[in-house]
Amino acid sequence: MNIQEYISSGVLELYICGALTEEESKEVSTELKKYPEIEKEVEQIENSLLQLSSAVAPYDPVKMYAIIKNKLHLEDNPKTIPIHRKKKKSNIVLYLGWAASIALLIGLFSVLNDRNQLRENLNVVNAQKAQMEQQIDDANASAEKKEELLSIFRDKNILTVPLEGQKVAPEAYAAVHWDKATNKVYIDAKNLPTPPEDKEYQVWSLTLEPLTPTSIGMLSSFTEDENKIFMLDNTNSSQAFGITLEPKGGSKTPTMEQLYTLGMVKNS
Amino acid sequence: MQPDGLIAELQNKNPKAFERIYERYSESLFGVIYTIVRDQRIAEEVLQDSFIKIWDNAEAYNSSKGRFFTWALNIARNTAIDKTRSKAFKNSKKNLTADFFVDILEDKSSFSNRVDAIGIKKYIKALKPYCEQIIELLYFKGFTQAETAKELDTPLGTIKIRSRNCIQSLRDILVK
Repeated sequence: MNIQEYISSGVLELYICGALTEEESKEVSTELKKYPEIEKEVEQIENSLLQLSSAVAPYDPVKMYAIIKNKLHLEDNPKTIPIHRKKKKSNIVLYLGWAASIALLIGLFSVLNDRNQLRENLNVVNAQKAQMEQQIDDANASAEKKEELLSIFRDKNILTVPLEGQKVAPEAYAAVHWDKATNKVYIDAKNLPTPPEDKEYQVWSLTLEPLTPTSIGMLSSFTEDENKIFMLDNTNSSQAFGITLEPKGGSKTPTMEQLYTLGMVKNS
Repeated sequence: MQPDGLIAELQNKNPKAFERIYERYSESLFGVIYTIVRDQRIAEEVLQDSFIKIWDNAEAYNSSKGRFFTWALNIARNTAIDKTRSKAFKNSKKNLTADFFVDILEDKSSFSNRVDAIGIKKYIKALKPYCEQIIELLYFKGFTQAETAKELDTPLGTIKIRSRNCIQSLRDILVK
């Protein structure tokens, strides 16, 4: 069996959610006992789901355990047998002994408490550290991407075509940076309004006389893309570029009423 | 690790083991129950009932059939769903508001120590819309793969791949 393929098939996620048939579940249980890699994967999926639903809980129900314990009449300790003392001994030494042991106990408890508190704090700090490392990674990746974009725009062989806002969005603006040598276009869409959830921007290459639009691609995951620079392939000998708002997945021909920006290529 | 020793002790009716199991899983199950019943007081009741069932039926769990967590999850979800079908519940909850676990998380501001709150918030922000539905149905509502495929009008294979992707991105954010 190819373990990697098995893991990436998605069967383990369904297994933990309890979404498989009884038969399929049994199969997974068998594989998991055979291959430690699979078991490890299952643990990790399970832990992430445990955390996800813990996050949804109104609060940590740890105190509710006492109620359940009561309902089930559970007792942790075997019954303590009462001890009868023969007679009262009012002895100063005895009292002092008791007082000393109580003081010692209190001391022990507070040390124990502190220790637990420290351990908990350490866990929190570790989690925060991991979080910060992630943020630094993200920031570095984003900086690298910006660097790369800058070098593209500074290339003298790139032709920049400004696209002006049209009737539906006069304040919109975009630019196409066209690298004819590699047949790539970089769409700078920072000044386009955020599209509604069920719509996406579609980029068109236009040739004039007769006017022929050719789709060169969608600006997918517009909201998530921080730089709002999208790379698309363009092998057309475009004379103009336009961007329209279309239903998700794109349209065969542009919806002209939803033409957001348009710009002509200047022949140099 | 799945705490196999602890589970065996639970099956031997050891109250200490039960308490440890409770500590380990109760908050997660409470969350799942709450997404189903949407009422804190009722969720508390259902959580108690679920753990009473876990104690009473512990011997019925068998690791060759699936994970202990999955077994407990099924008990919690079923108990919660039964509750929502009761007449008293229907009368008191004519109009349930928020629809998805995501809505609960978006509104929530405080989390217990066990939760990587920053990670979870980050995950919810980056979550793809189809993930919201898939995780909601498969994990929180206990739909089977086939039921989920039917509900979302999506092929079975796609459900599998998507649930992998959706949970993978959660792991990427949490496990670093």
